[in-house]
Amino acid sequence: MREEILRMIEKNSKINLHDMAVMLGKDEKEIANEIQDMENEKIICGYHTMIDWDKTNSEKVVALIELKITPERGEGYDKIAKRISKFREVSSLYLMSGAFDIAVFIEGKTMKQVAAFVSEKIAPLDTVLSTSTHFVLKKYKDHGVTMVGEENHERMAVTP
Amino acid sequence: MRNPLSDKVVDIKPSGIRKFFDLVSEIPDAISLGVGEPDFDTPWRVREEGIYSLEKGRTFYTANAGLIELRTEISKYLEKKIHVSYDPAKEIVVTVGGSEGIDLALRAMLNPGDEVIIPQPCFVSYIPCTLMADGVPVTIPLKEENQFRLTKEELLAAVTDKTKVLVLSYPNNPTGAVMTKEDLEAIRDVVVEKDLFVISDEIYSELIYNGEHISIASLEGMRERTIVINGFSKAFAMTGWRMGYAVGPRLIMEQITKIHQFAIMCAPTTGQYAAIEALKNCEEDVQLMRESYNQRRKFLLNEFEKIGMKCFEPLGAFYAFPNITAFGLTSDEFANRLLKEEKVAVVPGTAFGDSGEGFLRVSYAYSIEELRNAMERIGRFVHRL
Repeated sequence: MREEILRMIEKNSKINLHDMAVMLGKDEKEIANEIQDMENEKIICGYHTMIDWDKTNSEKVVALIELKITPERGEGYDKIAKRISKFREVSSLYLMSGAFDIAVFIEGKTMKQVAAFVSEKIAPLDTVLSTSTHFVLKKYKDHGVTMVGEENHERMAVTP
Repeated sequence: MRNPLSDKVVDIKPSGIRKFFDLVSEIPDAISLGVGEPDFDTPWRVREEGIYSLEKGRTFYTANAGLIELRTEISKYLEKKIHVSYDPAKEIVVTVGGSEGIDLALRAMLNPGDEVIIPQPCFVSYIPCTLMADGVPVTIPLKEENQFRLTKEELLAAVTDKTKVLVLSYPNNPTGAVMTKEDLEAIRDVVVEKDLFVISDEIYSELIYNGEHISIASLEGMRERTIVINGFSKAFAMTGWRMGYAVGPRLIMEQITKIHQFAIMCAPTTGQYAAIEALKNCEEDVQLMRESYNQRRKFLLNEFEKIGMKCFEPLGAFYAFPNITAFGLTSDEFANRLLKEEKVAVVPGTAFGDSGEGFLRVSYAYSIEELRNAMERIGRFVHRL
């Protein structure tokens, strides 16, 4: 049941408990408890809103920073990853396989601001060997939601 | 000028769905719960494979029975799903939708005057296709008290010396009914005893909400007596691609292939390549769609209960078949007034046979928001009655 609950609220965190109970064929209380448990276990980590900021007037730029790192003895990548992730400007951070080690997504108001953040706060860190900054130009799909040019297909009103 | 028309064709009644479709077309802002196809798009990887086949210039005929690679995938799929093995080379034909398979099977098996037993309510093409194949349709009105399943007694009462074929269609359109293994075994006993054949339309086999789909072909003694019709439309949300298939014993499939060869040549090549991808890599897509239909099904049944509309629990396909006899209107009157007064289109049960009188077919291949909106209107309508 947990996975089905998660698939439901992953797409629509505003869905009400009553509808969920009906659609899953379970008791409202049972589902509420299950959700509460998953919140406590940090399986559910938050209820955010998908926003296409490009359609608003607010200035916002997103950049992907690739970092090459020297892992620390006894710590691997954990210590530096935790340290970088504490910056408010960092929205996501992943350890990667392949040509670089850590991918950091940074949100800022302007490119200049992001560039300054990278050169002042990230690049000088001891174990950071190099940084490579890529700015996001246009968001086509985010969290499974297509942001651009969604077409509407019409079915006929009545078919056998 | 002489009459240019065939009496046989002229005598066939036009589809009740068509009549209703024309009515709905006059009300462009109506909300419809009348559609018999998925609301999901075909999974992108399937569409992409179709596009790629065009880019590669795969625009020629295939073998009459379809690409051998596709037939092999169909064979593997059926082995896994219904535990019956069919030879890709001789026992599988890829058709233009399940509908073509129904037509082919009837034409391949019927001699003039042979009787075909058709339990109703059912899909709209069985009777016309039987008539066009010079067969004689014999209908069995299925009962709500049996959850619209066919019983042994009903079947026995309909069998005569001339009966040759039984058409079975489970999970059922329009009722959403499903037959259990025990139900089918009882039918099998009659079919074997009376030396009949079965055309089993299993197009909704992936959309079942209480366990595994059972095909009558998988029961002992039935493989040689059954043509199974299935396809990609409902399982993989591919209605517009028109991709289906018929499988059965070689003796019958040879003749089916012959008609298909002369009438159709082969199913569309682009769709065949896309269908291979669907069978190979889309099981998870099917599962997610099934989960979503099941949630909507439960939502809809709960809404019926709230407004006091009686409805037996459909366990397959994506239709509910509520009973409206308590409201004192015929199915036609109910559907017409609902359309005019609340602008909601549902299909009167009578479009699927006389025994659909007193019922409506309500499709839940719609989003929860659409279902909620439509059910609010239906609730308003019912309270006024």
